[in-house]
Amino acid sequence: MKISYSWLQEYLDLQVSPKDLAEKIERSSVEVDSVTQPSDGLKKIVVGKIVSMESHPDSDHLKICSVDIGEDELSQIVCGAPNVAADKKVIVALPGSRIGDNVKIKRSKMRGVVSNGMICALDEIGFSKDVVPKEWADGIYFLPDDAKIGDPVFPYLGMDDHLIDVDVTPNRGDMLSVYGVARDLGAIYGQTPKLNHPKVEEVATSAADKVALDVDKDLAPIYKMRIVENVKIQPSPVWLQIKLWNAGMRPINNVVDVTNYILLKYGQPLHAFDYGKVSGSTIKARYAQKGEKLTTLDEAEHELNEKDIVIADDQKPIALAGVMGGLNSEIDDQTTTVAIESAVFTPTLIRKTAQRQNLHTDASQHFERGVDRGGVEEAVNAAAQMMHELADGDVLKGIVTGSSYDVKDAVVEVTLSRVNHVLGTELTLDQVEDIFKRLGFGVQVDGETYTVSVPSTRWDIHIPADLLEEVARIYGYDKIPVTLPSGPTTVGALTEKQKLIRDSRHVLEALGLNQAISYALTTQTKANQFMMRESSETELSWPMTADHTTLRMNLISGLLDDVAYNNARRVKDVALYEQGRVFYKDSADQVRPSEHEHIAGAVSGQLVVDPLKNAKHNAVDFYQFKGIVEQYLDNLAIKGDVEFVATNRYPEMHPGRTADINIHGHYVGFIGEVHPTIAEAYKINQTYVFELDLDALIEMPKDMNQFEPISKYPVITRDVALLVDKSVTNAQVLAQIQKKGGAYLKSVELFDIYDGKNLPGGKQSLAYTLTYQNPNATLTDDEVNQAFEKVQKTLTSELGAQIR
Amino acid sequence: MTLKDQLDKIRQERKEDIKDVVDLKKLDSLRVELLGKKGPITQALRGMRDLPADERPSFGQFANSVRDELQSAIETRRDELKKDMLNKQLEHEKIDVTLPGKPVAQGQPHVIQQIIDQIEDLFIGMGYQVLSGPEVEEDKYNFEMMNLPKDHPARDMQDTFYITKEILMRTQTSPMQARTLEKHDFSQGPLKMISPGVVYRRDTDDPTHSHQFHQVEGIVIDKHITMADLKGTLELVAHELFGDRFDIRLRPSYFPFTEPSVEADITCFNCGGKGCAVCKYTGWIEVLGAGMVHPNVLEMAGVDAEVYGGFAFGLGPDRFAMLKYGVDDIRNFYLNDIRFLTQFSKKG
Ligand SMILES: [Zn+2]
Repeated sequence: MKISYSWLQEYLDLQVSPKDLAEKIERSSVEVDSVTQPSDGLKKIVVGKIVSMESHPDSDHLKICSVDIGEDELSQIVCGAPNVAADKKVIVALPGSRIGDNVKIKRSKMRGVVSNGMICALDEIGFSKDVVPKEWADGIYFLPDDAKIGDPVFPYLGMDDHLIDVDVTPNRGDMLSVYGVARDLGAIYGQTPKLNHPKVEEVATSAADKVALDVDKDLAPIYKMRIVENVKIQPSPVWLQIKLWNAGMRPINNVVDVTNYILLKYGQPLHAFDYGKVSGSTIKARYAQKGEKLTTLDEAEHELNEKDIVIADDQKPIALAGVMGGLNSEIDDQTTTVAIESAVFTPTLIRKTAQRQNLHTDASQHFERGVDRGGVEEAVNAAAQMMHELADGDVLKGIVTGSSYDVKDAVVEVTLSRVNHVLGTELTLDQVEDIFKRLGFGVQVDGETYTVSVPSTRWDIHIPADLLEEVARIYGYDKIPVTLPSGPTTVGALTEKQKLIRDSRHVLEALGLNQAISYALTTQTKANQFMMRESSETELSWPMTADHTTLRMNLISGLLDDVAYNNARRVKDVALYEQGRVFYKDSADQVRPSEHEHIAGAVSGQLVVDPLKNAKHNAVDFYQFKGIVEQYLDNLAIKGDVEFVATNRYPEMHPGRTADINIHGHYVGFIGEVHPTIAEAYKINQTYVFELDLDALIEMPKDMNQFEPISKYPVITRDVALLVDKSVTNAQVLAQIQKKGGAYLKSVELFDIYDGKNLPGGKQSLAYTLTYQNPNATLTDDEVNQAFEKVQKTLTSELGAQIR
Repeated sequence: MTLKDQLDKIRQERKEDIKDVVDLKKLDSLRVELLGKKGPITQALRGMRDLPADERPSFGQFANSVRDELQSAIETRRDELKKDMLNKQLEHEKIDVTLPGKPVAQGQPHVIQQIIDQIEDLFIGMGYQVLSGPEVEEDKYNFEMMNLPKDHPARDMQDTFYITKEILMRTQTSPMQARTLEKHDFSQGPLKMISPGVVYRRDTDDPTHSHQFHQVEGIVIDKHITMADLKGTLELVAHELFGDRFDIRLRPSYFPFTEPSVEADITCFNCGGKGCAVCKYTGWIEVLGAGMVHPNVLEMAGVDAEVYGGFAFGLGPDRFAMLKYGVDDIRNFYLNDIRFLTQFSKKG
C-alpha cells in the first residue's frame, strides 16, 4: 500500500524527511518497498494558458495554440487533442523537458508548423492509464483556473508528494490505512495523532423506514448501512482525486470516490449501492444459491458457488460481499439515492471466495487481514457526511444495523520481569508503561504486572508475547543487547552417520569428482530408471511443470541431466557425484515414501584434462572409474570383501560393461557404462556411472585402523604368466590362486594382460606376481617353490591354463 | 744439480701442468707418471741410498712432502674437473620451468554445501546438534504444529507441493523444530539444534525463485533464552560467513511460529553500508528470519511455555551463496555446469 507523506502530515507533526520516515517505519513496523515521488524523472513541465487557437492549415485535427507560459512572449504549440480549447490552463512540456516514459521533448515542426513543446494529457506525464479519470482519458488535462502560469504543474496534481510503499505482513492489517500508520508513527515518535471524528448532519427522515436488513451473523458479524438521498453525481474535487490517484485508485465520481477515500483513511471497505436499482426494501447478506450469477463492476460474470457470500435484494445478488459490487446496482450519473454498506465479513469466507472467483480486490485483501471492528460505524458516518458535503446529499436519520456486537478491548497481562526475561533487556517499570501508553493502550500497573487494554484498532494483539513484540519494536531492536545463550553447556558433534556422509564427500572430491546438487523432483520416466530395487513411485498431486512431477528413486538420472547440460554447452569432460535422498514405496498404497541416503557418480570424457595428452586416448574407461569406486570403498573400510559381479539386469546400462557391487555378499549398488540408447536419449557422450546405497554402507561394520608390525623377514616373489581362454576372468584366476596359495601367500597382483597378436584365437595372456612371506621366519626357496608349484597345477587343471 | 734440486724443479713445473689438465683421463695418466712406480719421486727415493746416511732422513722427508703436494694438487684438480663436468651435465638437463604442471584430479564441494558445512561447524562449536528430518513431511509438522492451522492466511505465503491432503514436500526445515521439541527431554539440558536440508516450494523457476532450495533452521530452548541471545547468535553467523566487519540489524516481521518475529539484515557487502543499487540504497541486505518461539508452538509440542522459551531462526544457504559470491541466478546451483561448480575452489 502506498502511504502519502503529506496526508500523514495532516495528523502528525513529522520533522523528518520522507526517506528517514520510511526508514523508521521499516525499523519499527513493517517493510518498506520504496519511497517515490510521482514527479521522479520529470522536468520542465509547467502551467500554461491557451490564449488563442487556430486550425492547422494542413491538418483536420491539429490546432495551433498560442500559449502563455509566463514568459514575455506567447509560445506557439501545436496540439492534436480533441478537447483542446482556448482560455484553459493546461500542462505544458517545454522544449528540453522530460515527460513520462523518459521521453524528451524538443522544439519541433508538425506538418510544417513550429511547435515549442507539447500540451500533455495525464498519462503522458507518468500517470498510469488505470488511474486517469474517465473524463480526462482521451484528451489533455485542464488545471484549476487559479493555477499560476509558468509554475511547475506538480503541486497542482499532487505529484510533489512522497509515497511510501509499505509491504504489510499478514498480522499488521492495521497498517493498511492512513489512520493506522498515523497511530503507529504516533507511538514511535511519541505524538498523539490528531485524528478527526465526523459529526453527521442528518435530515428528519429515518433510514430505517427506507430499508430493512436481513443478515446472517456467521457471514457478517457486523453489518451497518446509511441511506443518502438526493445526491448529485459529479466528479470529486481535485484534492480528493489526488489522494485517490496517488494511492493507485481511479477517481470515478463523488460517491464512489468517498467510499474509496474512507477505505484509504480508515481501512474500512465500504460499498455504495444505487438504492434506486434495488428491488424491494430488504437487503440481505446470505450464501449464494446454486445457479446464481453475478456480473461484478469490472463487467466479469461470475458463476456463484454456494459457499460464496452475496449481498442481495429480494430478487437477485447485487454484490459479491466483501469483494466487489454488482454492475446491476452500480452508482451512475443518474443515481440519486445511495445505500452505504459498512460491514465486517468473516475473513476465511472472503479469502476463499476471492480465491474461487479469482478476484482479489482492495476490499477483499482488507477483510482477509481483518478490519477494526470498533470502527465500522465511524466509517459509515464519515462517508455519509462527505456525501452530504461533496454531493449535496441528504443523510437520512440513523444507522440501520443488520448485525452487530459489543466490540471490547482485548485485556492482556504481562509482567516487567517477563518483558526483560524474554528480550534480554533491563527496562524499567515506567519505560514499559510509557510504550504501552504511546501505543494508545490502556494500562494499569499492579506491582510489576501490567494489565493492558488493547483497543480494537490493534486486533492482532491477544497474548503476552504480542505485547513483548510491541515493546521490542517501539523500544528499538537496535537497543537490545548482544549476548549468547548462557546456561548448561551442551555437546555439539556430528553423528557417526553425518561424519560418514561428510567423509564420503571428501573422498570422492579428492578422487576428482565435483559435488552436484540436482533436482529431486523429476519426470516419471527418469524417476524409474537405474533402479536398485523395486519401488512404487511418489507423485505430486498438483505439479508445477511436466519436468518435475515425480520423486526420484535414483540419483543417476539427475546426474545424467547434468552431464547433458554440460555436453550441450560443449563441456565434454564432466566428473560429478551427488549425495542425496531417493524415495521408495513398497506398494502404490503406501502414502508416504521412505527416504534413503544414496551416493552416485558420473564421469564423461576425461577425469584429468591434460592438454599435452591426446584427449581421446585419455578418456575415462570402466577400469579408471572402477578405481575411484574401489578407492572410495577402501577408505570407508567396510569389513568384508568387495566383489564386482558382471550383470546385464539394468535396462539402462551397457549389458557387457556393468557390475553389481557386493560387500560381504550384500548387494550395495552397481557400476558401469550407460547404455548407448539411454545416452542417446539424454543426448550425452559415453558416460560411466555408479550408484551406492549409502545407508547400507553406513550400517555395515567397519575395520578399525590398527598398527600391524612391519615384518623383518624378507618377501619372496614369483611371477606366473598364463595363457587362458578369453572367457576366463581375473576373478576366477585370483580365486584359484588364493585357494591353493598356501599359508605364506601374502598378496597376488595382476601385472600384465595381453590379448593381441601372436596369441592363438580366443586366448589371452594374464601375468601375476605372487608375494610370499612368513611373518615369523625367513622363507626358504624350497618352501616357496612347493607352494608355487601347487598354484600352477591348479591353474592348469581348473582353468585349462597354459603356463608360459 | 742435486737430487733435491731436481725434485724441487719437478714439484714446481709439474704443479703447473696439473692445473692445466682439462680432462680426468689425462689427469689420471699424469698421476701415474708422477706418482707411479716409475715416477720421478719413486725414482728419487730409490736413489736415496746413494746419499750419505746423515742426509737421507731430511731428503726422505722432502721427497715425501713433494709427493704429498703433487698428490693433493691432483686431487684438487680432480674435484674441480668433476664439478665442471657435473655443472655441464646440469646445464644440459635444463628444462622450461614455465611449462604447465601435470594436472591432478580434484573435485570441489558444491558452493551451497560449503556454506552449510560452515554453518554446521560454527554451531557444533557452540554445542548444537545437527538434525535432519524427512523431506516428505506431514502437514501436521510442516504447518499445524508451526502454528499454521489449515485456514491460516499465511499459508498463502508458501505455495506447497502436496502429495496427498496430509502429505507434502516440506516447505521449510522448521518441522524439525516440532519433531525435536516433542522428543526432547529437558531434564537432560537445553535443546540446541540446527537442521539443514532441502525444501520445496510450488514456484516457477526463474533467476530468483527455485522450486527446490536449501534452508538451515536453528532453535534453542531453555529456561532463560533471550532475544539478546538471538541477536548475538545471528551476529556470529554473519561474522563467520561474511567477515567481522559485517553488522546485523533486526527489523519487525511476521512468522506464525515466532512472536516477536524479526527479519535480520546484514551490512551490504557490495558497498559496505554506504548504499548502492544492490541494497536499494539502504546499506542493508535482508538475509534471514528469526524470532522468539511462539508459545503455541511450544505448547503444541508439549513443552511448558511458562517455564521454557527460546529463539528460532531460518536462513537460506542459496541466498547466502548468491550474496556472498555475486551469483545472479539461483538456477545455477541446480544445473551443475562444471564451469560453475569449479569456481568455488578457494579455501579459507
Ligand atoms: Zn549496498
